[in-house]
Amino acid sequence: MSRVLDLTRQSAAGLRLLVALTVLLGLVYPAVLLGVGQLVPGRANGSLITLDGRTTGSSLIGQQFGTDDDPASQLPWFQPRPSAAGTGYDPQSSGASNLGPNNADLVKTIEDRRAAVASREGVEPSAVPADAVTASGSGLDPDISPAYAQLQVARVARERGLPVAQVEQLVEQNTHGRDLGFIGEPSVDVVTLNADLARLGSPQG
Amino acid sequence: MSALSDSAAGFLTIAVLVVALAAVHAPLGDFMARVYTSTRHLRVERFLYRVAGIDPDAEQRWPVYARAVLGFSFVSVLFLYAFQRLQAWLPLSLGFAGVAPATAWNTAISFVTNTNWQSYSGESTMGHLVQAAGLAVQNFTSAAVGMAVAVALVRGFTRSRTERIGSFWVDLVRTCVRILLPLSVVAAVVMLLGGVVQNLAGPTAYTTIAGGTQTITGGPIASQEAIKELGTNGGGFFNANSAHPFEGPTAWVSLFQVFLMLAIPFSLPRTFGRLVGDKRHGYAVLGVMGALWLAAVSLTVWAEVTGAGAAPQAAGGAMEGKEVRFGEVLTALFGASTTSTSTGAINGAHDSLTAAGGGVAMLNMMLGEVSPGGTGSGLYGLLVLAVIAVFLAGLMVGRTPELLGKKIGKGEVTLVALYVLATPTLLLVGAALTAGIPSLRDASLQDDGAHGLSEVLYAYASASNNNGSAFAGFGAATDYQNVALALCMVFGRFVPMLLVIALAGRLASQAPVPVTAGTLPTHTPLFASLVTVVVIVVAGLTYFPALALAPIAEALS
Repeated sequence: MSRVLDLTRQSAAGLRLLVALTVLLGLVYPAVLLGVGQLVPGRANGSLITLDGRTTGSSLIGQQFGTDDDPASQLPWFQPRPSAAGTGYDPQSSGASNLGPNNADLVKTIEDRRAAVASREGVEPSAVPADAVTASGSGLDPDISPAYAQLQVARVARERGLPVAQVEQLVEQNTHGRDLGFIGEPSVDVVTLNADLARLGSPQG
Repeated sequence: MSALSDSAAGFLTIAVLVVALAAVHAPLGDFMARVYTSTRHLRVERFLYRVAGIDPDAEQRWPVYARAVLGFSFVSVLFLYAFQRLQAWLPLSLGFAGVAPATAWNTAISFVTNTNWQSYSGESTMGHLVQAAGLAVQNFTSAAVGMAVAVALVRGFTRSRTERIGSFWVDLVRTCVRILLPLSVVAAVVMLLGGVVQNLAGPTAYTTIAGGTQTITGGPIASQEAIKELGTNGGGFFNANSAHPFEGPTAWVSLFQVFLMLAIPFSLPRTFGRLVGDKRHGYAVLGVMGALWLAAVSLTVWAEVTGAGAAPQAAGGAMEGKEVRFGEVLTALFGASTTSTSTGAINGAHDSLTAAGGGVAMLNMMLGEVSPGGTGSGLYGLLVLAVIAVFLAGLMVGRTPELLGKKIGKGEVTLVALYVLATPTLLLVGAALTAGIPSLRDASLQDDGAHGLSEVLYAYASASNNNGSAFAGFGAATDYQNVALALCMVFGRFVPMLLVIALAGRLASQAPVPVTAGTLPTHTPLFASLVTVVVIVVAGLTYFPALALAPIAEALS
């Protein structure tokens, strides 16, 4: 058989096989998993959270709390990390800054952020942890480090007229140690933490 | 539980991963050996053969095997291209238009070649049906094609005086049906429990806690995530890949994903040992792969935890591009493993890794991805380097080189030499064109100086070695880069593959050479060390000048 003819014959068999495999691996397999997923609907549907009966997003996906244009609007909330996803925490545009480790613009941005956080919290610039001045890989990081959370406790308590101890307790409740005690890093979920704050009522009201 | 120190937690993470891989490699490797030697056909397999009009008991000579590989891959590219272009008319498109021609061509080739380079952003380009029934199907089949070719090469060693090296169709179907599908189901269920999403939700707008608006899209993610790692594919459902909280919600899920991408490549040496009838040969291959992987992991973890570079120093830690829940150690472990295999998934931004960490990631790919490499491609890549090692050893002692009872003559060495030259040629020529032509350079480079060169080198290393990860600051979405990188993916995948299939045919047709006192033993730690040196020297001689100007210069500056 000529090579070209054989290649055509093999391709034709390949196409038929591909269509059949597409049904098995591309339709049946994910459909079965959709069924299995509904046995754990909360997780399979994105760990959505509700506040006063309305869904306010996912506990896994970070949000903006207040806007950069109106810094005062940010003060009653624990602030998440800087985000490179769209204009910030936009799940339609996930991603990182992708700036290199010696990129001059990135160094400047980090220094500006450090000064801004230090002045917002009224602490020395050297007290600001790394996660507070860097953007995450996804741009949707729901977490901050326990150190960054601790840095924000006094300001949030003051803005909301809450006892510091109560805010500290909420931080504690939303802190996750390393998985199984050794995988990954300790973290504080800003989304669930701020949801708990919101449940206590609006600031000073 | 009292908190562990950072370094104890890091060591324990890597130790647990190694123990898990050690525990799984023997049963999984033995199982795969049985799959490829079984004479039975399952009912679903018979059905697939009947639909395709294939006689599963007809074995192929190497040219036919090669044409089957090419034919299947060719129609896969056309099918996936058409699927993306027609997206607007298909269900579950989420309102997205058909994918633009250059992007669709790049993506079709990228997924068929097991590269899974993404010049698109999943959440704003691909609907659920294209993801699940288009892209994810290629996650299965492209992985299976690599494993089929690896098994064909092993048959070249185990068979004698025959023209036949097996049936590509049977190898392909069995890999999908018996190995990848059941493992994917288990892996997907585990990830579902960890919070990876599996639904059909389109973009849904929510009012956030503070009163803003956020639009979140779900999708059949867990099912795709499982085969993305197991098949060393790496194409993320979302732009942020496994850093996205819906793909990598927790640290243990991310570690589990590292385990998945390493499981099959580290088990195939056992399969190889079983098939050649001497487990020690498997251990020698495993030893080379394991040593290189562990060295890469150690270096990357050290680089990221140390955090050299102006930005990490300014921030007080290399956290740019990293998730808090993963931290430096898990991101480094993931990054070293994804580039040691041909996965290319990421749980943090590689462009923002330290110069040394990013350099190791690049070097992992430049080694030809044999530590342990992609599903199948890692094993055949390493066996090719073992052929070079026996050839060199033969030159040194003046004996005719042999491997597993097969003479390594002029024909075999020619094929192997071409294999070793193919990828570096694509990588260096491709990178040189972009780095050397000002208009191309300005269109795609984000950073200046050494890091800019790293971005180009990384892109062409990734495409030519079918990895798919990126220094994502590199602007790859131009028409030129879409086409040029796709060409590197095609030739980087199929030229080595065809040479391997031809080598399988030559070896299978030989009569076996009896083992004598003069035969170099190829299952010893000494031989494994020799192969390791060959891997490093071949890549080192090829790439050192380029590496010296890019990551090494940046790390030392």
